Amino acid sequence: MEVLKIATAGSVDDGKSTLIGRILYDTQSLTLDKLEAIERTSKQKGYDYLDFSLATDGLVAEREQGITIDVAHIYFSTPSKSYIIADTPGHVEYTRNMVTGASTSQASIILIDARKGVTEQTYRHFFINNLLRVKDVVVAINKMDLVDYSEEVFNEIKRNFEALNAKSNYTEQNISFIPVSALHGDNVVNGSTQMLWYTGGSVLDHFESLTQEKIYNTGTPRFPVQMVIRPKTEEFHDFRAFAGKVYGGDLHRGDEVIALPSQQKSRIKDIYFYNEKYDTAARRSSVSITLEDEINVSRGDMLVKANEIPTISKEVEAIVCWMDNKSLALRNKYTLQHGVNKVLAVVTEVQHKINTDFSGIDENVEQVNMNDITKIKLKLNKAIYSDPFEEHRTNGSFILIDNTTNHTVGVGFIQA
Amino acid sequence: MKTTLSINPLENEAIYILREVAAQFERPVLLFSGGKDSITLVRLAQKAFYPAKIPFPLLHVDTGHNFPETIAFRDALVEELGLELIVRNVQDAIDEGKVVEESGKYASRNILQTTTLLDAIEEFKFDACIGGARRDEEKARAKERIFSVRDDFGQWDEKNQRPELFDMLNGQIELGQNVRVFPISNWTELDVWSYIQKEKIEIPSIYFAHKRKVFLRDGLIWSFDDDKVYRDEEEIVEERTVRFRTVGDMSCTAAVLSEAADIDTVVEEIRVSTISERGARIDDKRSEAAMEKRKQQGYF
Repeated sequence: MEVLKIATAGSVDDGKSTLIGRILYDTQSLTLDKLEAIERTSKQKGYDYLDFSLATDGLVAEREQGITIDVAHIYFSTPSKSYIIADTPGHVEYTRNMVTGASTSQASIILIDARKGVTEQTYRHFFINNLLRVKDVVVAINKMDLVDYSEEVFNEIKRNFEALNAKSNYTEQNISFIPVSALHGDNVVNGSTQMLWYTGGSVLDHFESLTQEKIYNTGTPRFPVQMVIRPKTEEFHDFRAFAGKVYGGDLHRGDEVIALPSQQKSRIKDIYFYNEKYDTAARRSSVSITLEDEINVSRGDMLVKANEIPTISKEVEAIVCWMDNKSLALRNKYTLQHGVNKVLAVVTEVQHKINTDFSGIDENVEQVNMNDITKIKLKLNKAIYSDPFEEHRTNGSFILIDNTTNHTVGVGFIQA
Repeated sequence: MKTTLSINPLENEAIYILREVAAQFERPVLLFSGGKDSITLVRLAQKAFYPAKIPFPLLHVDTGHNFPETIAFRDALVEELGLELIVRNVQDAIDEGKVVEESGKYASRNILQTTTLLDAIEEFKFDACIGGARRDEEKARAKERIFSVRDDFGQWDEKNQRPELFDMLNGQIELGQNVRVFPISNWTELDVWSYIQKEKIEIPSIYFAHKRKVFLRDGLIWSFDDDKVYRDEEEIVEERTVRFRTVGDMSCTAAVLSEAADIDTVVEEIRVSTISERGARIDDKRSEAAMEKRKQQGYF
């Protein structure tokens, strides 16, 4: 069954948790005991409605403060798809969490409070969706019940958002606008009798209609080698396979491949998934590949098709989102993890800071702090084999690890 | 030779994670409870490393209150696949006075497992513990990372977790720390059951409908075993046809009434079920924040 991961972003009061709770409720994904817990707690709090936000706000601290503070994952399914919602907070200071949630998502929901319209928060969420190349964006204009389900209000917000979109350079993104009342369930899973002027589908209808082609870019296959499998048993005495996950495109038996960094050529002999052999290793499959020739390949190396070699370089330009309390230190040695490959990296230059509200760049950068997005130059001790992020989400991204704390302190998007 | 490989994204993700564990850590271990989730992990590990053997041992923290069916199943599985099994007993920690057995009506050894687990991690210097926890099980687990770092005391600091971006898993740790790894984080209960069905994976017989002596308390069905499960005299034992949706200790796992005697009917039952899996876990009912508290203390 197909899995669609959706990142949600929204300010504290936009009703994001209520929207998710409503999706779970209307798809019958809330189990009886969870529903009872929600009813009980809602009653205790004196609400005359069901507080669906209780279905998602997990940690004790959050229940006390009434806000979401980290990425939480919520699961539901329909007969045709399994859905994972990565729920991330909408505060200014949590850019890092939104980036995290968006990095593994193919779609996203941006919530706008119909009474407030497009705000600075909307700018930020949309900016991150653009930066992370999230293919499908639903702009859910919520709390329509509080603006008399007005078509004019909806259209004005839509116009304002489209003006914002004009500033984006990511043109292949699909953007859909849907008027919603999460509290009452209008256009969330079911349709709406209050907004007959809206002829499109509900939020769920939209996601149900997304096909693979609409959410994944087809690109060149990349095969980062995770490990070498050598059973050394009687039966598999000389067996030597390279285990990894296929990204970007499919690999086939007989394909001529080049191993990086050795640049040695060979052909794919067999493709294994468990104990069966296949003709094709499809994108996103975790397979083992044997080659015709005995060439030198180990963890961190990459197999690519002979005529589709990525950029091999010890110098990288990237947009980086900083994720740690300790600010970025120029000349400091970080570990750069590119897929499963690790090299040492030094930041040689911070070129500029990028404002997350589409207002441009700031060339005066004194410090790179948590949640800052900057363009930087890095020098590596060994070459990596990368593609520009806009062509290849997986092979165009990396993380930076602080070697004193081992924390993941930044994520980078490689520029052409 | 097969031409098309039909992809289960969750399975492929889990295999990728297991390979990262084998590659990034020196002494990984698979925490094996004999439940369906850890059995599923064993199958995924077989697939990840085929035709090589699974490159890490299994660790079972035995509370002494396990269902006998689970233990028999565990031993048969280990034998069949030629796996290395390490067993550490909660009873030993009790005998050594490291932990005190709970008493009374709701006595359970569930919490006591933590000490035995942490001791075993120290004894064998395990740096990665692979577990079958899923984010859909419980609210606090929804925020768990795939690689979740624990400090020297086995504690989880949920406010200071490493962000996980794209597929990249950062397993760098300091000496003394270890990482809990959750390859089936993104699976739901139904995903696990459907996988067991599709892969024809064998699971302990108590997952299927059987006749059992039980008694009722607080609307839940408890197993009758006066050695392991506390029972008031007025709690009447009767025989019912039941099965278990989740398998922990006898003293903390409630049964459900069911006629589902094979995997097909069990999957169908889960599909239409209206009580979530952990609704049958007595240990979570103690308080709404029960799981989060236990996790901070190092519980698996």
